[in-house]
Amino acid sequence: MAKLNLNREPMTKQDPKTRGKNFNEVALGYSAEQAKAEASRCIQCPKHPCAEGCPVEIDIPGFIKAVLDDNMPEAVRILKDKNSLPGICGRVCPQETQCEQSCSLAKKGAPIAIGRLERYVADWERTNMEAMNPKAEPPRPTGKKVAVVGSGPAGLVAAADLTKLGHSVTLFEALHVAGGVLMYGIPEFRLPKEIVQAEVAYVASLGVKIELDSVVGKVVTLAELLESGYHALFLGTGAGAPMFMDIPGENLNGIYSANEFLTRVNLMKAYQFPEYDTPVLVGRRIAVIGGGNVAMDSARCALRLGADEVYIIYRRSEVELPARREEVENAKEEGIQFKLLTNPKRYIGNESGWVVGIECYEMGLGEPDESGRRRPIAKEGSEFILDVDMVVAALGTRPNPLIAQTTPDLKTTKWGTVMTDETTGKTMKDRVWAGGDIVTGAATVISAMGAARRAARDIDEYLRR
Amino acid sequence: MFRIIYRETLATKIHLFKIEAPAIVRKALAGQFVVIRIDERGERIPLTLADWDGKEGSVTTVFMEVGATTFRLALLKAGDFIADFVGPLGVPSHIDKFGTVVCVAGGVGAAPIAPIAKALKEKGNKIISILGARSKDLLFWEDKLRSVSHRLIVTTDDGTYGRKGVVTEPLKDLLESGEKVDRVIAIGPTVMMKFCALTTRPFGVKTIVSLNPIMVDGTGMCGCCRVSVGGVTKLACVDGPDFDGHQVDWDLLSARQRIYLDEEKRSFEHWQAQVGKRC
Repeated sequence: MAKLNLNREPMTKQDPKTRGKNFNEVALGYSAEQAKAEASRCIQCPKHPCAEGCPVEIDIPGFIKAVLDDNMPEAVRILKDKNSLPGICGRVCPQETQCEQSCSLAKKGAPIAIGRLERYVADWERTNMEAMNPKAEPPRPTGKKVAVVGSGPAGLVAAADLTKLGHSVTLFEALHVAGGVLMYGIPEFRLPKEIVQAEVAYVASLGVKIELDSVVGKVVTLAELLESGYHALFLGTGAGAPMFMDIPGENLNGIYSANEFLTRVNLMKAYQFPEYDTPVLVGRRIAVIGGGNVAMDSARCALRLGADEVYIIYRRSEVELPARREEVENAKEEGIQFKLLTNPKRYIGNESGWVVGIECYEMGLGEPDESGRRRPIAKEGSEFILDVDMVVAALGTRPNPLIAQTTPDLKTTKWGTVMTDETTGKTMKDRVWAGGDIVTGAATVISAMGAARRAARDIDEYLRR
Repeated sequence: MFRIIYRETLATKIHLFKIEAPAIVRKALAGQFVVIRIDERGERIPLTLADWDGKEGSVTTVFMEVGATTFRLALLKAGDFIADFVGPLGVPSHIDKFGTVVCVAGGVGAAPIAPIAKALKEKGNKIISILGARSKDLLFWEDKLRSVSHRLIVTTDDGTYGRKGVVTEPLKDLLESGEKVDRVIAIGPTVMMKFCALTTRPFGVKTIVSLNPIMVDGTGMCGCCRVSVGGVTKLACVDGPDFDGHQVDWDLLSARQRIYLDEEKRSFEHWQAQVGKRC
C-alpha cells in the first residue's frame, strides 16, 4: 500500500484583493491533475464511512475511484445516481461536518476533499458531456401525478426522484426563475447562477414540468391541487420569511433584511444596475448583523458593491460563529471586519429617516443555553455607537406562512414549521408531504435534499399501494 | 410570458393594460394586486387589480408613468408580451354590509377602488364616491365609478372640472352634513390617503387605505414593504395592502418610498437614452 498522504490538494482561489471587486466565482476548482492527485489519496477503505455521512447516500469511494481511473463518464454516472444537483452540492455543502468529517483519513490528517472532487466531476460533466449524454431509459409511467411546491434544493430533488420513479411531476415556483434560495440567496461568487440553471435544466430534462410565477396558496390552494388530479403533494417552500430583532429604528431607510439585500443583488442582478432595473443601495460603512453563512454572503456582497468598511456584528464569539469556517476565512481575507461579542440595542436615524448609526452593547458569555452554546449577555453600561450608513440584518428566516394560512389542516409548530413524520416527511394532511427548511427551519441545502429524497421514497410507496 | 391583449391611454401618462392571465382571474378579488416584470432586465413592481374578465381570461391594471419601469411598460403595444405577471397577491379588501361607504379615489387610485366599490355595492352598501385629480386631463373612469356608486363627487385641484379643490374637502363636508358614514375607503397617493385618514379621525369613522410601499417579491420574502401599523411592523404584501388608516405611520411610509429616488432617476435616464438610440 502506498504511503498515506495526509495533506489535501489545495484549490486555487481568486486573489482576495481582486475578488473583493468582482462577482466572479471565488474558488476556481481543480484541474484534472489536481483532481487525480486528490483522488489518489483515497485509501478506498472497506467501510466507506464517508458515504454514511452523506445525507443523499452518494457512493463516494466509487466516484473517487472513477476519477482516479480516468473514467469520468462513470464518475458522473455514480454521482448523479444519487445526486441530481452535484455542481451545487460540490460548492455549498458543509462537507466538513458531513462526509469529510467521517473520512477515515480525518483521524490522522486532512480528510479527502470530497466536495472539491464532487465539484470537479459536476463541472467536467457540464463542459464535456452534453453531446454524449446518453438519455437514461425513461421509467415506466405510473400514471400518477405529483405536485411539488417550491423549486429550491428540496423541491428539485423531490421532483427529480419522483420523475425517475415514473410519476408525472409538476414543480410550482413563486418567483420568475426556478432554484429558490440557490438563486435569490447564495451569491454568484459562491454559486454561479449558470450552474444552478444548468442543474435545474437537468431536472427539467428528466420530464419535470416547471410552472414559474405560481404562488401556491394564492393562485391555487393545496386543496385545489389535490382536487384537480394530483395524487400527492410535496411541500418544499423553505424558510423564506425574514426575521428582525424588533428593536427601535429597525425600519429606517438603509436597513435591509438579508433576504431583500441578497434578492436584489443575486436574483435581480442589482450589481449590474442600471443595465438591470433593480437598484440596491451602496453604503460606505455597512454593518451586517449575524454570524451565519447568510451574514457572510451579505457582507461579501456589500464589499463587492463598493463599500469602504464592512462589519460583521455578532453577539457571540468567534468559535460560535455558525457560518462555515471556509466562508469566515474568505470574508476575513477580503477585509470584512468582525465585531464579535457585540449586539445592536437600537438604530439611530437622521431627520430624513436614514440610518446613521447603531447603538451596540458589548456582550459577555454565560452558561450554555438549550442550543449548547454559551448564552450571550449584554453588559450594562457598555453601550457604544458605531457609525454606519447601511445595515443588513441576517438574523435568520422562518417559513413563509402563505400556504399554512390557506391550508387549515396542515399542522404547524409555533415557529411556523410544518409538522411531519421525521422519517417519511408525511404531514398531518392527507396526501401531503414536506421536507427541507419548511420542516426544520433554516438549515443546509444538503439536509433539505436528504429530506426530499426520503419523502419522495415514501410518496412512491404510497402511490404504488 | 404573458400577452397584452389590449391597451388604452386613459389620461395623460395613465395607461390601461389587459393581460391574459386566466389562472389569476379565477382567484382575483377586489383589493388584491399583481407583481409584474417586463423582461429579463426588469425590476418587479406591484400593480393593483383594476378589473378582471372571466370570459376573456384577462386581468386589467392601470398605471401612471412615473419611473423607468412604467416608462418602459408604456412603450408596449397590444400583442406584446411581458415576462412575468404574478398574483393575485395580498389580502383581499374586506367586503361586508357596512351601511354607507365613502370611496375616495385620488389620481390612479380610481382604478383599484372601482372593483372594491362594485363589490361593496353588490353587498348592499350605499356607495358615495369621491374622485379627485390634479387636473381634468388626469381624470379617468368617471363613468365607471358612477356606475358602481349611488352618488359621485368629482374634484380637480385646479378647478378645470368638477368641484375645485382636493378630495378631503367634500369628504369633510359629507361627514359634517350629518350623513351617517359607516366606513371610508381611500386609495391614491400616500399624502392623499394620509389626509383622508386625518379628516375622518375626529369623526371616528373607520378608514381603510391601500398602501403602496416599494416591493420586490410581493410574497413576504424580502421585507422591503414593511410598514408600521398601530406600532407593529407589518408587510404590506402579505398582511395588506389594506390597513386601518388611523393606525398607519405615514411618515415612515413616505420616507421608505423615497429610498431609491436617486437610483430611480438614474434608471429613468438610462432607459430614455436607450429608447432615444433605438428611434
